[in-house]
Amino acid sequence: MLRAEQLTIAVGARTLCRDLDLAVAPGELWAVLGCNGSGKTTLLHTLAGLAPAVTGLVTVAGKPLADYRQREIGRARGILLQREDQEYWGTLADYVLLGRYPHARRLFGWAAADEEALAGALAAFDLVPLAAQAYGTLSGGERQRARLAQLWAQDPGLLLLDEPLQHLDLRHQLQTLERVREAVHGTGKAALLVLHDLTYAGRCDRVLMLYGDGRYAAGAAAELLQPERLEDLYGCRVRAYGDGPHAHFIPVI
Amino acid sequence: MPRPGLLSALAFTAIGSLFGALLFGSFPISALQVFDSIVFPVPGVVDDVIWKLRLPRALAAFACGGLLATSGVLLQVLLRNPLADPYILGVSGGAALGALTALLFGAGLAVTNLAALAGALGAIAIVFALSFRAGDWNLHRLLLTGVVLSAAFTALISLILVLAPQVQLKGMLFWLMGDLSHAGSSAIAWMLLALGLAAFMMGSGSLNALALGALKARAFGVPVGGLQAALYFGAAVATVAAVLLGGSIGFVGLMVPHALRLIGVNDHRWLLPASALLGGSFVVIADTFARAAWAPQQLPVGVFTALLGVPVLLFLLSRKP
Repeated sequence: MLRAEQLTIAVGARTLCRDLDLAVAPGELWAVLGCNGSGKTTLLHTLAGLAPAVTGLVTVAGKPLADYRQREIGRARGILLQREDQEYWGTLADYVLLGRYPHARRLFGWAAADEEALAGALAAFDLVPLAAQAYGTLSGGERQRARLAQLWAQDPGLLLLDEPLQHLDLRHQLQTLERVREAVHGTGKAALLVLHDLTYAGRCDRVLMLYGDGRYAAGAAAELLQPERLEDLYGCRVRAYGDGPHAHFIPVI
Repeated sequence: MPRPGLLSALAFTAIGSLFGALLFGSFPISALQVFDSIVFPVPGVVDDVIWKLRLPRALAAFACGGLLATSGVLLQVLLRNPLADPYILGVSGGAALGALTALLFGAGLAVTNLAALAGALGAIAIVFALSFRAGDWNLHRLLLTGVVLSAAFTALISLILVLAPQVQLKGMLFWLMGDLSHAGSSAIAWMLLALGLAAFMMGSGSLNALALGALKARAFGVPVGGLQAALYFGAAVATVAAVLLGGSIGFVGLMVPHALRLIGVNDHRWLLPASALLGGSFVVIADTFARAAWAPQQLPVGVFTALLGVPVLLFLLSRKP
């Protein structure tokens, strides 16, 4: 689904990640972990083709990013941006429908497939009652769910989610994670999630750790989510409670 | 209001405004005579006034307003700045400088128009060359370059106004405020309006996506670089065509898109045609006032676009959503 070969990314003079080799198979859910400024967002942008790599090659669904035609890439991969500065004046439903851009074929109005995708995306994130409300009047968490719904309407094969759980209440954090797991394990998509909550990282199949100095570690979640590795990654003391995919990691205060 | 309903209402407004433009003026003509003249043209004074004077001018006014409003929509998407209007990139300043220089040397209408065209193209070239370097569109640089260049043009225009002999001053002021009394054939302007509208309505999905920001648009797979260049040149060409027809008619490009957004039209597939219709009707109505209010004295249309438009926009802004 996604391959990065010898990928080096940098911001300014800082090399964040050197010679990254990454292979994400369909049906795999990845957590991307690292400190603030360690290059998680930059990596996601690079994998999405929104930022240039210093060196290296990214292929999505077997095809190098550079070979994609414009709308085609919107169907192959989608990205949930961490920040969105732009105000939007329309309703929530209008906003979610913008995600249909890579699929849209009609000049006026929407095709049945678009309406279906809209209804599905709204239902998936509890947004049906808010559909007609102006986007500008939504709360922070509701906007985050609207962005997720927009990505669900876009329906790409590869999901790149930058802090998908930010601003969400507990129930919607669980719901969002569940939606991602359904999409990945149920329909054969692949997803990379930038996360700061290690409990949720434990529910992913694989983990990519970025140290911010060029080093990285990639592997099975059970293997990498160990207190000593996390202490090395975050630079603070971490204790684990429970084990396996249900382990909880608590900083030692 | 449902969008198709809004569009038909605006189409009726457009027809009404054109009919009003044929009806009112210093030469009294009744509504019945207007109908008669449209359906059964009979050579005579009434026909001459309608077909040779009022209709060409009304059509020029409509094309002018439609082009300016369309250009405003395009620039507001491109610059993602609500204050963007067709004149923000210095196009009108360049055109005005060219036209006033020609007027200063006593040039005729054709030469004045050519000079205005040269000035506008010069401004476009300078802004584009300065802000589009190394293939990267820095929108802040584009905006600032336009604003700075406009300031320079304003200074030079003031200089010309001070130096100009008294007799030419009034013609210059009319040019600066926007005036349709010398508008020639509007065929080219209509063609550009139709072509531009059709082209950008085809790309309205991309415009909607770009309104969310360049990064977001690229995430959807919008070809952002090419689209931004198309927006810039589309807006510039529309502005040049409008300015050559009617001088720098102010306020239309800023007000019309905002008025429509304030009543809830955000989707560009509707916003573009609605803006063209409303902008066209608005300038036709303003120009009818300019001709008829103090007839036979003719006033610059730019005065009325502002006087009529400001209260409407202030009302819409103060309305609770």
